[in-house]
Amino acid sequence: MEPTTPSQTVGPYLHIGLPWPDGPFALREGAPGGVWLRGTVTDGAGAPVADALIETWQADPEGRFDHPDDPRGAVRREGFRGFGRCPTDGEGRWGVYTLKPGPVPGPPGVQAPHIDVSVFARGMLHRTVTRVYFPDEAEANAVDPVLSSLDSPEERATLIAQETEDGYRFDIRLQGEGETVFFDI
Amino acid sequence: MAEDAPAVPGYRRDPGVHPPLDYPGYKSTGLRHPERPLKVLPHLLTEVTGPLLGEDRVGPLDHDLTRRHEGEPMGQRIIVHGRVLDADGRPVPHTLVEIWQANAGGRYRHKGDNWPCPLDPNFTGVGRTVTDGQGRYSFTTIRPGAYPWKNHDNAWRPAHIHFSLFGRAFTQRLVTQMYFPGDPLFFQDPMWNSIPDPAARERLVARYDHERTEPEWALAYAWDIVLRGRASTVFEHELALEDDD
Ligand SMILES: [Fe+2]
Repeated sequence: MEPTTPSQTVGPYLHIGLPWPDGPFALREGAPGGVWLRGTVTDGAGAPVADALIETWQADPEGRFDHPDDPRGAVRREGFRGFGRCPTDGEGRWGVYTLKPGPVPGPPGVQAPHIDVSVFARGMLHRTVTRVYFPDEAEANAVDPVLSSLDSPEERATLIAQETEDGYRFDIRLQGEGETVFFDI
Repeated sequence: MAEDAPAVPGYRRDPGVHPPLDYPGYKSTGLRHPERPLKVLPHLLTEVTGPLLGEDRVGPLDHDLTRRHEGEPMGQRIIVHGRVLDADGRPVPHTLVEIWQANAGGRYRHKGDNWPCPLDPNFTGVGRTVTDGQGRYSFTTIRPGAYPWKNHDNAWRPAHIHFSLFGRAFTQRLVTQMYFPGDPLFFQDPMWNSIPDPAARERLVARYDHERTEPEWALAYAWDIVLRGRASTVFEHELALEDDD
């Protein structure tokens, strides 16, 4: 067995190498039916984090992935990449245009619609990972195996986006009051 | 609606390999690390899949950082090559590799980098490529310089190239830095020292590779990157789910 390569920070100059012009468009720009998932990244003092990068990965509205390791088979959906990438701006804001995912099989049980999120930033030696859930999926959220594994309603609440005019809002608090639940993946 | 799907094997976790999120030697971690312990995320379908980004993201000259402008950049021309593998030694084919770096003097082409070192009009410092069927990648670039930063008194970053890798699953995603052998600046670098195991630090150091040099053209360095390996059964992630605390 080979030992794995350690992580290092993206540093303050991540903008040279990582953003793509079409990065925020997990769903092709202008394609109908999309929603904007937007939010801010803030630090332990409540200050915006202006040098972070958000990446998202998710199923399509039928809960399918364009990937051969899904035992149900890969499903490609025209105009949909399932992956979004957006650096934060000077106010710590980011946004990804995408389709709301469908429920995804567990096991165990069925997972509520969710989006996996990676947060990279200067000052982070390793990415942190979290999950976005949806406010209009209360029933599915109640039986989701990952949400159910969290200790408190306060923790679960940090993973549930809020509805907005053009989609959803998901703020990421790296530390302190209302700290987002992060996962060891 | 979601129908039942068979359990899928997850990826083996690699505790102890990566730096901690809270590392006081690197000051910016202070307000940017979670204070609550991380929760264990089982590896389910979203985690064992991931974006398979390939040729469509890469232009024909994106692997050669010395040929992106009218003239050639200043500095020592080098080839940086190697393989992307998983922890079972299996190559990761057709996977996107992204790099960015400072110029030969140690200056980034970035509005936030203003230290008194000239920019090079012929160097941007960004590269992309896709591994071949055997997981091999290769870049042509110039050797980046060390640069000062304000973390501690007279702080300098050892020369490095930033690397971003996807593998084939969300779980395998890795962003890291490649260093050069024998750098005298390691001892005072918190990025380097944040890696708990000294042997793991050495895995970020490329090897000088005389065989891959090009006579009268470029020196060469070899660096293999190892992403996490696949668990052989579903047992591990089912356990992980119960393990939550
Ligand atoms: Fe750097």
